[in-house]
Amino acid sequence: MADKYKDRQIYIKALIVLVGLVFVVRLGVLQIFETKKYQTIAEQQALRNITIYPARGLVYDRNGKLLVYNDVVYDLMVVPKAVKELDTADFCRSLGIEREEFEARMNNAKKWSPYSPSPFMKQISKNDYAKWQNVLYRFPGFFVQTRTLRLYPQPIAAHVLGYVGEVDENEMKKNEKLQMGDYVGKSGLEKTYEEVLCGKKGHKKVHVDVHGLETGSYRNGAFDTLPEAGQNLYSTIDADLQAYAEELMANKRGCVVAIEPSTGEVLALVSAPSYDPNLLVGRVRGENYMNLLRDISKPLYNRALQGQYPPGSIFKVAQAMIALDLGVITPNSGFTCDKSLVGCHNHPSARSVQEAIKMSCNPYFYQVYRRIIQQGRYKSIYKDSQYGLTVWRDYMLKFGFGRALDIDLPSVATGRIPDTGYYNKWYGKEKWAFSTIYSNSIGQGEVEVVPLQMANLACIVANRGYYYIPHLVRYYGEDSTRVEKYYERQETGVEKEYFDIAARGMYDVVHGAGGTGHRADVPGIAVCGKTGTAENYGNDHSVFISFAPMEDPKIAMAVYVENAQGGGGTWAAPISGLIIEKYLKGKVERESVEKMYKEINPCQKLPLTRRIKKPKKKR
Amino acid sequence: MRIKIDWLALTLFIVLTLAGWLNIYAACYSDAHAQVFDFSMQQGKQIIWIGIAALVALVTAFLSPRIWSNLSYVIYGVGIVLLLIVLLLARTVNGGRSWIDLGPFKFQPSEFAKLATALAVAKYVGSLDFSIKKPKCWFIVGALIFVPAGLVLLQHDTGSALVFSAFLIPLFREGLSKRIPLLIALAVALFVLALVINKWLLLGIVLAIILGYLFIWLSRRSKKTYIKAAVFYACCCIFVMGVDFAYQHVLESHQRERIEVLLGKSTDLRGSGYNQNQAKIAIGSGGWKGKGPLHGTITKAHFVPEQETDFIFCTVGEEWGFIGCVLVVGLYVLMIVRLVTLAERQRSTYSRFYGYSVASILFIHFLVNVGMVLGIMPVIGIPLPFFSYGGSSLLAFTLLLFIFLRQDADRTQLI
Repeated sequence: MADKYKDRQIYIKALIVLVGLVFVVRLGVLQIFETKKYQTIAEQQALRNITIYPARGLVYDRNGKLLVYNDVVYDLMVVPKAVKELDTADFCRSLGIEREEFEARMNNAKKWSPYSPSPFMKQISKNDYAKWQNVLYRFPGFFVQTRTLRLYPQPIAAHVLGYVGEVDENEMKKNEKLQMGDYVGKSGLEKTYEEVLCGKKGHKKVHVDVHGLETGSYRNGAFDTLPEAGQNLYSTIDADLQAYAEELMANKRGCVVAIEPSTGEVLALVSAPSYDPNLLVGRVRGENYMNLLRDISKPLYNRALQGQYPPGSIFKVAQAMIALDLGVITPNSGFTCDKSLVGCHNHPSARSVQEAIKMSCNPYFYQVYRRIIQQGRYKSIYKDSQYGLTVWRDYMLKFGFGRALDIDLPSVATGRIPDTGYYNKWYGKEKWAFSTIYSNSIGQGEVEVVPLQMANLACIVANRGYYYIPHLVRYYGEDSTRVEKYYERQETGVEKEYFDIAARGMYDVVHGAGGTGHRADVPGIAVCGKTGTAENYGNDHSVFISFAPMEDPKIAMAVYVENAQGGGGTWAAPISGLIIEKYLKGKVERESVEKMYKEINPCQKLPLTRRIKKPKKKR
Repeated sequence: MRIKIDWLALTLFIVLTLAGWLNIYAACYSDAHAQVFDFSMQQGKQIIWIGIAALVALVTAFLSPRIWSNLSYVIYGVGIVLLLIVLLLARTVNGGRSWIDLGPFKFQPSEFAKLATALAVAKYVGSLDFSIKKPKCWFIVGALIFVPAGLVLLQHDTGSALVFSAFLIPLFREGLSKRIPLLIALAVALFVLALVINKWLLLGIVLAIILGYLFIWLSRRSKKTYIKAAVFYACCCIFVMGVDFAYQHVLESHQRERIEVLLGKSTDLRGSGYNQNQAKIAIGSGGWKGKGPLHGTITKAHFVPEQETDFIFCTVGEEWGFIGCVLVVGLYVLMIVRLVTLAERQRSTYSRFYGYSVASILFIHFLVNVGMVLGIMPVIGIPLPFFSYGGSSLLAFTLLLFIFLRQDADRTQLI
């Protein structure tokens, strides 16, 4: 009787097996077909990739003095999705921020990614970190990451060293290794040698629990890599000389470029006004950067590399060399100082190239340039001038003018040595001749030169005909890697004997009777120099190129003082003299001279004659 | 006297319990608490529970099954009293009031109520008073089941209350009309559909099906058939309309949310959808072979709440992968089917009914728990038998199982 329903066990067993099969199918969907998706999510939420930032390479000066080193700071990171039950008021109080700021920072982080860590507050100081360390456990989803910051023991060479900043989108596109929040060199050596300095990031995978707290390493660190510190740079800069040059230029506008002629190593590179590189570090960077950017005196602008100035009379040295090499004049060519051609100061007529350089005679170089441009190869003066200009320009390029010198700093200006196309565009083809462009002869007119190129000219004369591309790094890394291009001699193609004439002329500028650069004289040192007074819209710029000692020169230099109300001899020459003294003697004995040129501000009025009141601020 | 306990069921019990402990250990494991015998941690406590369960199993195996048979109604009575006590006195845990605090260990009477009910209903169905033809008998059966189920429901322990529906299976085996399971299936289908699609559209579809059945399928139609069809359709209409009302007014808000998440109507992954979503991530990320024992990243990080209890299956999924999961599912299916087979070979209705009850209770737990973890059932908190952490449930299941296994060993002797 009882087992009328015995068959029903089949249904029941079938139901049980069916449920098992449904589960298996569902498991198959989750674990086989969709497993990639879930693995990704699992990885994102249960593992945290921690980047261990390497210490950036240090920068030393030529004597082993530290120019740039690192300091440890802490970034407060947040994983937005891991933030749970946050007591916002408590949090804001602990960190000392406003609620609006909290919201803004949080939204930023969420925008970047809700699941992966992004910086909430960057570059917390050691002191703040010590304070917060004790309360952070209350705020799941937040953690702290160690970073390094650049620090500068001496507030010098800001334009040379450059600064580091957070990568922007363009930089991330160019370099796949970079991630948001990374720091890269933005200017100066930091930028040029980014690859050397940056080192290699380390990675660590750790388990995080549901509160965002780290609970241990993933697979005992099998996937972790250690960071590799960046390589050190050994720069050519002489920190003492750099600091001294900056002091001299402190209340002026202009620049100093000092180079060791035998190697092309830049000893000092000053652009005034400058700024303390420590300003562009840490959390205050943004604000300081904007202030510097807005400053009317353009402290961020590197005049030494980016400024394009009329060279003024220093250009005459190059003109003389080209004319001599072309054979259009001889060392003993003489020209009368005919002021009807071009204005000049009062001096006897020059009877030789050497004298012409000493006296910086404008009509003399008018004649010289005329002979370069109009060599008489064509009957038409227009065609003749075209030919002459082309020849002249080729020489100038060999002298390093009119093109960017390949220094190891970013954004170097080219200057301008006009070519035929340039004048054709202005005046029309065959509608210009020497008479149109004669201003170039004395470094005015269309020519523009970068101060670095001026210093390079000083090197060329110091070396009597060749130069090495100016550079700021001798070598880098533990194996002292050199940049080969900086060890290749660059020839101008002009005979050494002509440069001897130029050197003698430049010696006379400082030492000879009637020379224009007496103020560059340093007792006991054979300083050679050439003044320049560049006319422009405001007051004249004061220029001086120099090298010393005359034989076997150790230092060659260009000093450019903007709107100095006085010629090259007045401002740039004495400053050059002081720098030379400092470098060759180790200290400056002429204290009164030093004091005077440190203190005066040539942008106002000449010193010692009268003192001008500060102009009232215009309303 | 030799007691011949079914070796297959016994082996499955041991394997499942030990596998369960392994996964509890993985779920609770941390570098700071890696010790197996750390009795402050769940893995340590569960060892004690497993020890006690083994003792219970042993004692039960030696006790004469008559004791249970004779004491059925007494046990049932005690169970009801405990449920009443818990309802009146116990503290609230996880939104439900289902625990009695006994010093170091807490005790959940609803686990024992299942056993008590299984014994009592089996006793009644197996008695001579019972006849499938008498509605009164069905009424008594219904009362025996609904009283404890209702009390459990009053404790807000929906999951355990739902388990009492397991008795449909042994009742079906004993001759309950086929219509009742069919009606229940229909009701569930209508309930889900009513929430998912427009109710008017649903009623139209139901009408079309009924009309199609009447005029295309049936060759002979009497007036009575039409009336029956009309009444049936009217009931469907009332039910569907009622669902809407019940859904809004009877179900609690968290239950409504869980159902909505399951039906894909809501995707609140941080709120009510959080648990199941994390469970899916844990299981899905396991892949074919899993991440290996103690290497489950989600498990280790405790992203899944209740992972050592109701969501223990996640650990299997993450650390042992598809292979491990299929194995565990297979073991449960094998265990339950084996119990059905054992129940079928009983000579007395009492034993058979009780055996079916044991199989069914395990089955419902398995169905609801794994279904929930896999995201094909709403979140209803009931443990996975033998696997989940928890003393009450392990002891209750052990007792439930071994009473039956001992009966099975004695099946040749008539009670």
